[in-house]
Order: sequence, then structure tokens, then C-alpha cells
Amino acid sequence: MPIETAATDRFTLAGREYSSRLLVGTGKYKDMAETARAIEASGAEIVTVAVRRTNLGQTPGEPNILDILPPERYTILPNTAGCYDVETAVRTCRLARELLDGHNLVKLEVLGDEKTLFPDVIATLKAAEELVKDGFQVMVYTNDDPIVARQLEEIGCIAVMPLAAPIGSGLGIRNPLNIRTIVENAHVPILVDAGVGTASDAAVAMELGCDGVLMNTAIAAARDPILMASAMRKGIEAGREAYLAGRMAPKRFASASSPIEGLFFQH
Amino acid sequence: MQIILNGAATEVADALTMAELIEQLKLGGRRLAVEVNAELVPRSRFSEHRLAPQDQVEIIHAVGGG
Repeated sequence: MPIETAATDRFTLAGREYSSRLLVGTGKYKDMAETARAIEASGAEIVTVAVRRTNLGQTPGEPNILDILPPERYTILPNTAGCYDVETAVRTCRLARELLDGHNLVKLEVLGDEKTLFPDVIATLKAAEELVKDGFQVMVYTNDDPIVARQLEEIGCIAVMPLAAPIGSGLGIRNPLNIRTIVENAHVPILVDAGVGTASDAAVAMELGCDGVLMNTAIAAARDPILMASAMRKGIEAGREAYLAGRMAPKRFASASSPIEGLFFQH
Repeated sequence: MQIILNGAATEVADALTMAELIEQLKLGGRRLAVEVNAELVPRSRFSEHRLAPQDQVEIIHAVGGG
């Protein structure tokens, strides 16, 4: 039997195969050059962008984020960040689809409150329903509630993305048991989206059986974002391999690693 | 006539088409998407879509985000 490693184990999303299970955002970087270098170091192949008003006549020739994300190399995942209701989330997705020439993969988030940026799950469910009906392939940000995750899957979302902790908080995985339950119930990819702070958090998410992790601030707000992007890439790979390998059962007491037989002294 | 362009009241010629507006704003060839009064206007219809007074026009593009 061939050994499955993170290198041969592919991530399938919307009928397309990816070798990286790390998805990255493009916000909060110092400039476009740093964004490009961080994405490169992360190895990510799916990259999120936001949709905002164009600057009118202020900075002609200003580089656009899409210029550093060639479509033959990256899958662009537009998000609905900043949307607090169904209507604006759906409008944003339609604009994004037009912007990306009919590309219908979107990351849906409908937020409930500015302090926590927790999802408004009722609005999220409604928006997901409308978008799926309209032909979108919806990857959906939600809380770590297994029931809501199941409902989003039933609606037809192609991936469910529970938060590990509040967006941009870097608090790590606050409720690993719920994430595990969501993974165990799911028939679509489950990705942790938001809350990861460092490489070990990413590894934990993957060890729990998640199909991938989406992050932005953990890389962009590191002292050295390029190095952190590389660390995250390794954390994701290590966690995935550990999950595939199947960890040992934890035991309360010691179990000697060297043989007991053949000792040449009495103890 | 006056339209509301990305949130700002803006004077434009009567019955201006979307294609003409994009041209005047020097946004031709840029990656953008447009909605008028919260309805998407596809690029393919820019040259036939005529603006009306008080239309709310949003011209959007992609930016860095998570």
C-alpha cells in the first residue's frame, strides 16, 4: 500500500484538485509586494479577496490585487466580508461573479456583530440558500455549531468553514471537540476559517481531521509574515500527515521505549 | 443630471450610457463590476445601459481581504 503523505494526498474542492490545504487571505499586508511574497511562501493555491468601491480618479495605475494573482495559478475566492444582512451578501457575490468573469466560487460570511464578528447564522442560512439557487458554489463561514454546519451542508454549500475563534483574534482552536464533531458528521470539506494564531493551531485543526484551514491575520500580523507563511505551510502539512498517520492512544502512565529483556544488571 | 456615484452626488450628461461613464472615469479595461440601484449591470450591457437621474451607481473592484 502506498504511503499517503501530505505530498500525495490531494484536496478536492468544487471538482478541482489542490496540493495545498492552506487557504490564505490577502488583507492587512504592508503592500502588494509583501502580499505576493507571503502567498508564495504559504504555498496556498486558493486565495481570498474582498470586493469594495473602486477609487475614482484618485490613484490611476494603482496595482490591483488581481494583478498579483494570475488565474492560471490561483483560485480566487471572493468573500462577503463586511456584510451584515442577506441582501448585501447576495449582491456582493453577484458583483464578484461579474468581476471574475462568471467564476461562481464564493466565501459567504454574514456577520452578526462588530465586536465579535461572529456569524449571524440565521441570515447566513438564508443567504446560502439564495446563492445556491442562483448557481453559486458556496464556501460558508459559520460558528462551531455542528447542527448549523449540517444545515448548511443540506442547503448545498460545497464547504463548511467553522471559526476556531473570532476573526483576527489569533486565539487558536477554542472548541476542538465541536470541530471534531463537525468533521465527523460532514460529507463536504470542512475548513477552519478564522482564529488561528500560529503554526501549532493550524496543525491542531488538521489533526482534528479538517480538510483545510483558511487564515489571514495570523500571517499578515506576524512580525515576519513571510516566515510565518512558511511556518503555516509546514504546520498544515504536519497536522495533515499526523491525522493520516493516526496518533497513538494516550496513556496515563509510562511505557518504556527500550526493551526490558536483556538488562545486564539487577534493578 | 445628477447620479449617486459610489456614494457621492455627481453631475453627468443626460442619458449617459454606462460605457460612456466608465470611459469618462478612465476606468476602461480595468477589472471592475457595476450595479445600478442594487442591480448588477453586466459588462456586456454597458453600451446600451442608459443612466437615469438619481441612479445609485456602484463601481467595485477586488481588494485585499480575508
